[in-house]
Amino acid sequence: MAFAAPKETYPGKVFQIAIGADQSAVFGGENVLSFHSFEGNAPNRPVIAYEIQDIPPEDWPETVRKVYEGVSGDPVTWAKHCQNELKAKAIALRLIGTHPDRENRSPEEAAKIVKDVLSSINIPLIILGSNHVEKDAAVLVAVAEAAKDKNCVIGKAQEANYKTIAAAAMANHHKLIAMSELDINLSKQLNILITQMGFDKEKLITDPMCSALGYGLEYTYSVMERIRLAALTQNDATMQPPMLGDVGMYVWKVKETQAPEADLPYWGSLEERGIAWETVTAGALMVAGAELLIMRHPRAVKAVENFIDELM
Amino acid sequence: MLIIGEKLSIIAKRVREAMMKKDKGPIQEIAIRQWKEGSGMIDANIGPAEDGGEDLMRWMVTTIQEVVPLPVCLDTTNSRAIEAGLKAHNNQWGRALINSTSNDPERFPILELGAKYNAQVIGLTVGKGGLPADAEERCVIAAEIMGRAMEYGVPLEDLFLDPLVLQIATSQDHARHVIKAIGMFQEMNDPPMKTVVGLSNISNGCPKTLRPVLNKYFYLLLTDAGLSAAIADSHEMAEAVNEKALVADVLAGKQLSDTKKMLEISKTLDVIMGRTLYAHSYLEM
Repeated sequence: MAFAAPKETYPGKVFQIAIGADQSAVFGGENVLSFHSFEGNAPNRPVIAYEIQDIPPEDWPETVRKVYEGVSGDPVTWAKHCQNELKAKAIALRLIGTHPDRENRSPEEAAKIVKDVLSSINIPLIILGSNHVEKDAAVLVAVAEAAKDKNCVIGKAQEANYKTIAAAAMANHHKLIAMSELDINLSKQLNILITQMGFDKEKLITDPMCSALGYGLEYTYSVMERIRLAALTQNDATMQPPMLGDVGMYVWKVKETQAPEADLPYWGSLEERGIAWETVTAGALMVAGAELLIMRHPRAVKAVENFIDELM
Repeated sequence: MLIIGEKLSIIAKRVREAMMKKDKGPIQEIAIRQWKEGSGMIDANIGPAEDGGEDLMRWMVTTIQEVVPLPVCLDTTNSRAIEAGLKAHNNQWGRALINSTSNDPERFPILELGAKYNAQVIGLTVGKGGLPADAEERCVIAAEIMGRAMEYGVPLEDLFLDPLVLQIATSQDHARHVIKAIGMFQEMNDPPMKTVVGLSNISNGCPKTLRPVLNKYFYLLLTDAGLSAAIADSHEMAEAVNEKALVADVLAGKQLSDTKKMLEISKTLDVIMGRTLYAHSYLEM
């Protein structure tokens, strides 16, 4: 008798999300574990968004900062560069300049930047706050309104500020990232609370919180994997939104992406090391279940795209 | 089933204040209430009690036994306090229970006290190496504790194995590992080993309204598995017994006329058995 490969089928399915005014980036929608297309239906590739920010990336390490030299001084130029030169499928604009400990920019200033960026690109935009719960509540409300009907992704809503942010995302027809801190039960709880406000569960993206290779990646991996198993095996609708891996921000602050070759010659080229670190972190999270990735280095993005080509 | 009333714990503010002031009133009132609600033993949890532990445990035991005809469960990590409690204990109402020994060598002297004072002992299935991962690891540790008990002269009939209940809000899988361990512990000896749990820890960290719901149905599942004793809220456990038939009906797939109650039971059983992921609002989904 011929060998028949065993196949798992699941009762549950991940929600499919389309973002952008023209809905050009689509992810999720699978009823199998990541890349198990031989067992069922995995209609969409994971989407990688290039990360840019509202202020020059002076806190990024040189290796990745120099890639954007000449364009990163202004978010509009930077966004256009990602779209036109790097052929980005989506852009993630992080409004780090609104953080009270940084430039402390006002919600109105942030809204203007968002409008300017939106009018200069035609690919989908993900709009991220500065991860300051109080400030984000004000900033994300203003930017959600400024981007009304552009079908952006707004984030991140957390337990302490989800009410105002979710209401603004809902009123202005955006998708919403719900972030909890590496705890599957709290992640489910936050999704429940947001949907109890009337927010459509099929417009949510779950961010279980990222971590870089060597710095707790296995925790994120495990939480993502368990979320996905709950979605598929238990058909748990609260866990069926696609997942986000906010990779670049976590990777480009660890020692391995910053320590110079002069100090650690046996670690090899700093540039290659950083790119490899971002690639491997993103690749691992994609295998765990992330469908939307936010990344910084174009070569790392390219490597992950090749990885997807091989696995799809 | 032996219910060991859990309410006299240093964690409760009113109890702690009464302990500090040696005010018998609240202690005796709570002890009497638990006795009337069906507790067959009263837990006296004085915490680590490094200073004045001996006095405090002696005082707790005599204060409780002045008003209720029940034995006391001596709950502290301070072995001198345990010995003081054992000396003061009135065995007329039954033998004391020591809470607890484990597979940590530092906890072995507890077994000596058990043998010396003819007391019963709880063996918590943890070692020095951290928490057990599943039911099987709990059994491995239980076997070590059983061997140690015999070595120290505590008969296995006087040993209660405790699988260590963890919080469902953070360690959901352990709920069913604990239920399985209760079944497996009994098979480790003939006559079957006795078992005990610190029940309410299952709902520690959960919203207040959810706590009795989780406690009750977890208790009934453990009862089905053959549990011998529970350190628990005797009032909640009395309610649980009243709902036993309802839970049996839900487990048998029958429809209850009270839909809300039926959903409460079935959703909670699903969470305990790991069929649905726990979230604080699971009952609302």
